[in-house]
Amino acid sequence: MLDVLKYQRSGQPKASNGKGAIDIDRVSITFGTGPTAHRAVETTSLKIMPGEFVCILGPSGCGKSTLLNAIAGYVKPSSGSVRVDGVEVEKPGPDRGMVFQQYSLLPWKTVYENVAFGPRMAGKSRREAGSIANTFLGMVGLRKFGNRYPAELSGGMQQRVGIARALANYPSVLLMDEPFGALDAQTRLMMQESLLEIWQKFGTTVVFVTHDVDEAVFLADRVLVMSAAPGRVIEDLRIPLPRPRSTDMGSMPDYIRARQHCLEVIRAESRRAFEEQNA
Amino acid sequence: MTQTADLLDPPMADDPAPRPAEPAPPAARRRLVPPEKLREIAIGAGSLAIGVALWHWASATNLDWIVDFGNIPGPGKVFAAFWGHLGTEIFYTHILVSMQRILVSYLMAVVIGIGIGVMMGRSRFARACITPYIEVLRPIPAVAWIPLAILMWPTEEASIIYITFLGALFPIVLNTLHGVEQTPEVLVRAAQSLGASRMAIFGHVVLPAALPSISAGLAIGMGVSWFSLLAGEIISGQYGIGYFTWNAYSLINYPDIVVGMLVIGFLGTLSTAAVRVLTAPLLKWQKRTR
Repeated sequence: MLDVLKYQRSGQPKASNGKGAIDIDRVSITFGTGPTAHRAVETTSLKIMPGEFVCILGPSGCGKSTLLNAIAGYVKPSSGSVRVDGVEVEKPGPDRGMVFQQYSLLPWKTVYENVAFGPRMAGKSRREAGSIANTFLGMVGLRKFGNRYPAELSGGMQQRVGIARALANYPSVLLMDEPFGALDAQTRLMMQESLLEIWQKFGTTVVFVTHDVDEAVFLADRVLVMSAAPGRVIEDLRIPLPRPRSTDMGSMPDYIRARQHCLEVIRAESRRAFEEQNA
Repeated sequence: MTQTADLLDPPMADDPAPRPAEPAPPAARRRLVPPEKLREIAIGAGSLAIGVALWHWASATNLDWIVDFGNIPGPGKVFAAFWGHLGTEIFYTHILVSMQRILVSYLMAVVIGIGIGVMMGRSRFARACITPYIEVLRPIPAVAWIPLAILMWPTEEASIIYITFLGALFPIVLNTLHGVEQTPEVLVRAAQSLGASRMAIFGHVVLPAALPSISAGLAIGMGVSWFSLLAGEIISGQYGIGYFTWNAYSLINYPDIVVGMLVIGFLGTLSTAAVRVLTAPLLKWQKRTR
């Protein structure tokens, strides 16, 4: 099976500027202390290449979002370090764009103001920030909705604005925490394709958290499967599908094999956890 | 770029239709007030008319069942008294003096109340320091403050303003605190990831998130400041609509008591409505949600 899954990357993004390397070095994350302490992430080491599209796949509560939050700088590792392009992560910053599952646009700002917010915070002039906002709103196909408030937009549109907003800072890493989890199936598919389009153009490193096997296999160069309690990476799988990806790849043998493999790993792990609990 | 836009632009299933063009169809333009609203107004007016009629009937027949209407002036007498006062200058002075007091006390309460509320919401230390004072002082009714207020302040005017100020202060503080606490964490995180400083997060995220709650506090505070003012004006021996009402009672001028009460009710409603109108532009992003 492994030779089938051998890494063969084609259609690699051209725009990658060599930035966006993530180095997770012996990171463990524990919440709380004493008897109520909860180990969310077991000691984990990972290297993610610049421009790589990585999906972290796992059941809810397995610590995948916590790991993502450590890269974002919201959560401090209890031990070990996270480095992005050699610089240790200490707090959130615009070099690591974040897209959340819940709607996180500022409801009191228009779509346009939301996207211009990052550039404004970076000290860009109103005009400059405005033209950046228009560029990225155009990229996600929402320029004519600039004057709307977020609540006037559908869920899918809000997430597209969220992506535009994160990219407007030209981040070296795009972190996405189940960004399409709340969307209906059709919108979700469309969003996945849009995201790949944008990524292909932008070449930024993407770390994408999901619990959906199909989503992970369809999007990623590399799928990291995590197990729960405590969270750790139990499989690091290259996805040998060519780029650009299209939805009809769902019937390709490579796709089916990769998907099957992920499911087996997850099933074996949950069986093990189940037996452990009942032992 | 264009290519991407083309790929993404075809109207997705979930895109709402673009907003309709500005000029409304003539039929809609003629009806400024929607029919449901008109119906509500009509029902409200009818209900009020029935209430006034019952009041008239109860006082005309000297109804004495549970409530004694024997000494209660009927609506006709009250209206006549009110009409009479409209021709006197002193009546307007009473109203004007009260409104001035409200304005001064209320504005102070707004500035200080929002300031305290924000401090409590942002700093655990400030919150721990201030909370006990609020818990102890808040339940004290305005009337109970009168003796101490007279002792504390050099003039009657200052005492009245102080009592009115206190009334408006607490709802504003508590609502501001509540609003600041309610700021969704994900919005703060999003702003952090976009490079916002602490100050920027406060101005662009925390304060706007608290605004709906703050403006509710402002409206409640306005209402409370009116009944605190009334308590305070019992002190004053000269002017104010509260003094007018209290004085009418001392002079056994029953219709004037009711005139005073109704004027207070009307001014209270009017000023609360003014607060809502003034804060509405800050909340327009909420309105458009629907």
